[in-house]
Parts: sequence; C-alpha cells; structure tokens
Amino acid sequence: MSTPQPQTHQQAAPAPNWQSAPGTSYTSPIPITRTHLGHALTSEWTKIKSVRSTMWTLGVFLLLVVGIGLLVAANTDSNDYADVPYTIPAFFGLILGQICLITLGVLVVSSEYGTGMIRTTFTASPQRHRVLTAKLLIFFVVAFVVSAFAIGFVGLITSGMHGGASDNKWGGTVLMGALYVSLLGVLALAVGSMLRHSAGAITAMLGLVLVPAILPAFLMMSESLRTLGEKMTEYNAPNALAKIFELDSENGGGGSQLVLLVGVTAAAIAGAYALLERRDV
Amino acid sequence: MIEVAGLTKRYGEKMAVNQLTFAVRPGIVTGFLGPNGAGKSTTMRMMLGLDRPTAGDVRIDGQHYDRLKDPLTYIGALLDAKAMHGGRSAFNHLLCLAQSNGIPRSRVHEVLDTVGLTAVAKKKAKGFSLGMGQRLGIAGALLGDPRILMFDEPVNGLDPEGIHWIRNLMKSLAAQGRTVFVSSHLMSEMALTADHLVVIGQGRLLADTSMADFIRENSRSYVRIRSPQRELLLDVLHRAGIIVVENGVGTLEVDGHRPEDIGELAAQHRIVLHELSPQQASLEEAFMQLTAESVEYHAHTDTPLGAAPPPLPGEQPGPPAPGPQWGDDWKKG
Repeated sequence: MSTPQPQTHQQAAPAPNWQSAPGTSYTSPIPITRTHLGHALTSEWTKIKSVRSTMWTLGVFLLLVVGIGLLVAANTDSNDYADVPYTIPAFFGLILGQICLITLGVLVVSSEYGTGMIRTTFTASPQRHRVLTAKLLIFFVVAFVVSAFAIGFVGLITSGMHGGASDNKWGGTVLMGALYVSLLGVLALAVGSMLRHSAGAITAMLGLVLVPAILPAFLMMSESLRTLGEKMTEYNAPNALAKIFELDSENGGGGSQLVLLVGVTAAAIAGAYALLERRDV
Repeated sequence: MIEVAGLTKRYGEKMAVNQLTFAVRPGIVTGFLGPNGAGKSTTMRMMLGLDRPTAGDVRIDGQHYDRLKDPLTYIGALLDAKAMHGGRSAFNHLLCLAQSNGIPRSRVHEVLDTVGLTAVAKKKAKGFSLGMGQRLGIAGALLGDPRILMFDEPVNGLDPEGIHWIRNLMKSLAAQGRTVFVSSHLMSEMALTADHLVVIGQGRLLADTSMADFIRENSRSYVRIRSPQRELLLDVLHRAGIIVVENGVGTLEVDGHRPEDIGELAAQHRIVLHELSPQQASLEEAFMQLTAESVEYHAHTDTPLGAAPPPLPGEQPGPPAPGPQWGDDWKKG
C-alpha cells in the first residue's frame, strides 16, 4: 500500500482566495457564499414549515380561537358589545390556544435536541447565536401573523353579526392580543433552548402560565401573602389577556402585563444566548 | 488540512481526550482508530466546534471552525446517521442545510442522486433504514462539495453492499484531492480504506503513522513449523538458542528468525519438515496489541462471568509495545 506524499507547500500568495490554495488541491465548482442571517432565516423557514408539528399546533390554535370565538359570537347579542371590543369572543379561545403556541415555541428548538438534528444544524452554522436569532424571528413572525389573523377574523365576523351596537375600536386588541400570545411562544422557545427537553420545557411553561392563575386562591388565605397573591392575580397570563381584551374595563388595557412579559422574555432570551455559546451540543 | 494541537477534553474527573496532537492531510484517507470509548467521537465533535475543548486547539486550514464563513463548503461531516428530524423529508432536510449556507437548491437534487436516494426524496427520514439514514447523512456531508470530509464510524450497521459503497466513495473523494478523515474501531476496515492512521486509546495518541509503516511495525511476523520429528527439532532449536512456542495443534512457532535459517538448521540435523512458512499476525491482532492497555471496557478474566475474552494466540514475549508506556499511569489510577 503506497502512501501518496501530501502536498505540504503553503500558499505564498497574499490573496485570501483560499479556494485555490495549493495545499488543498480540490476545488469545488459551487460558488462560495459568505453566510449571513438571511441564510439562517430561509433555512429556519424551511424547517418550521416542513414538520407536521407546526401544522398541528397552529391548526389546533386556529380551530380553538376561531371555533370557540364563533360559538361565543353566535350566543351573544348586539347589546353585549356596548362596552367591549368585538374581538372579545377570541379571548376564550386564546386562553386554551396559547398552549398551542407555547408547545410550538418549545418544539422549534427542543425537537432539534431531541432528534440530534442540532448537531447537524450547528455543524452547518457554527455561529450558534445566528441560528437562535433566526429561530426567534421566524417563530415570532409566524405566531404573530397566525394569532393576529385568528383574532382579527373573529373580530370581523363578530362585528358583522352584531354591528352597530358600539363604535369601539378593536384594532388595538388584535395587535396586543397577538403580541401577548406570540411573546409567550417566544418565551417558550427561549426556555426550550435552555432546557433542551421538550416535555420539561412545555411543563415549565405551563407552570409559568397556570400556577400564577391558581396559586392566589391559596395565598389569599394567609394575611402575610395577600399582596403576593394580589400581584399574581393581576399579572398572570390569563388575566393579562382578559385585560387586553378589556373584559373588565376598569384598569388599563393590559399594558403593564405586556411590559412584564416583554421583560421576562428578554431575560429568558439573554439566558438562552449565554448558555448556547457555552454548552456542548 | 486539519491541525489538532494539544486537544484536551475533561468530563469531571475523566479525561476523555488527553493532549491530542496530529494533522490530517489532504489527498489521502486518514483513519482515526481506537477502541470504543477512546475519545474518537469527542475529538470529532471538538473539531467541528460542537464541544468546547478544555484545552488545546483545532484549526481547519488555519482557521477555527466557528470562524468559517461557509462551513459546509469547507467541511462535510457525518457524525451520526440519525442526527436529523425524523418528521422531515429527505429533500427538506437537505434543503434547510443547503439554505443555511447559501448552497443552490439544485445541489440538493445532485447529492440525492449521488447517494441514490432520489426515489425516496419526499419520504420522511424516520421511515429510513440505517443504511438509508447513513446515505442521507453522507448526502448532507457532500452538500457543499467540501474539501474536507469527516465520517464517524460510517460503516457501522451497514450491509456489505453499503460498506462497499462507502469504501469506494471515501477512496474516490480522497483521489479528487480532498481531505478524508474517517473513524472506526475496526482495524480490518481501516486496512482497506486508510492510507494514514491515527490511533488513540484512553484519549491519548498511540500512533500517527502511515498504514504501511503501521503494518510493518505492529504486526508480529513469525515462522510456523510442522515436523514429524518434533522432539528432535525442539531439542535442536533449543540448543541453537531459538525460542520456540508450541501451540495446541502440534505446530511450532518461532519469533524473530528467518525461515531460511531454521530450514538450514533442520537440514544440518536431517530433520524432516512438513511445513516451514513465514506468517504475519493479522492487523486486528496488531491493533489489539497496541491498544490492549487502553481498552476502557475490559471483559475481565477474573470475574466469575462465563464470557471470558478470547485468548490471544500470540500472547508471549512478542515485540515490545512501541512508544512510551502509555498504560502506566492509567494503571495507577
């Protein structure tokens, strides 16, 4: 068995065109592209639309929001909308539907860890932060568009059915509501990236959404924990949505709840980026 | 060209990879050999920037992997045949990889054709057999038409036809001037494909040599003798100071002497020989000898289990193990 002598002479030319470096005699006919975020975005777009879990979670989400919304709209009459926006029927579906977006958010990243795809992904894109950025952006846009469509659709149908009862503006509730549930999904994505485990991350997110909605009932029994319980009641996810849809129009439209979610999501994203660069895959 | 310098990976107390230094050169197939748990996969993951080294450095044509702007056209890697989302079709799996590196869509069809998966391009990857998964993984590695290819145990679990295909593929890739780096725990497999060998055990470098040199240095050559006058022959050889090993089936083995010398000696004493043949121990045996001290998961003979390791036929004062005594401080631990 003969061993061919490797060509060890180094490239002397100052040109950075390493493609023709004599040390590596093979030259590919494929044009060289410097990769950037745009490539990662198209790649993540292909990924998110080519798996069935996306279709399932978004399909169930639409079914819940639009289905329950239309049911509520059909069982209300025009007088019910005197003080509330026409999008309010979508609220009931969103309470359940947000779980779908949380699930999808988690799966977008944790399914890659579960299947081992993440090693292939990071081999193709060693700039890990770019991959996470692309995932966050693509998921946010998809979730926002789908939920804004669902809420807006319910609002349109409802105003068509019960039109004329009020002239309240409901456009803002579409954007705020869509933003809130999409951010919950983004938070789920960041948590999924940190925990790397689908079931664990979904459970953690459900806890985050449900526990503050249930726990206050118990906290209220103790005098010392009453303030904590009141804060939880005010800021838990279902109540935030209720505020956004002006279910009780006493306080503001859920602005402070949205700010809190933005803060929590930003912190989780920061944590996800920090861990992403440090850990082995 | 891949340069690995002082690469070290520690998991808690355990040194998975210990001060590994070697280079993988273009135009040849470099075999990366070691027993199970020797640190081959960990080393490959560190080369690809997936695992962070505790110490040391890997450079791909002088650059760190995560500094590569177009990684897929630089290195194509197959680490694990199942490192893909099972719910995605073969085509979409390759497409999202291609898009992440700005590789044109047409190239996806080309590599699917190369590995022979065009017919199942629209099928979900989870329905694929191990061999098909391996082919899809290789298609992903070839996607960027890279100058460096890295395969981790590519023939594991494949049928003979698949093994044959991968062997030829690796050889043709190297013949095109590419750097091919392939790991295996099977010496026999390496003997058929690799031109150069990097052998590790317990995370340490045991050998970095050409295949031909490895065979020459590590395989035990001996002379096998059969004679009807066995006792007389033993006596003659003993008096000549030649150490003889008797093995169970009535043949004698002599180390370190040419068959000519033994034949002449026998002729002087008019001893009839039925066989006098030079023998070479198998490469597998040479590899086992080299890594014997560093095999992580021994089947111990002193355990009361029925499964004792197969006895080595040449277990006698053969050629001393080359290089430093790498097993020494392992024993201390």
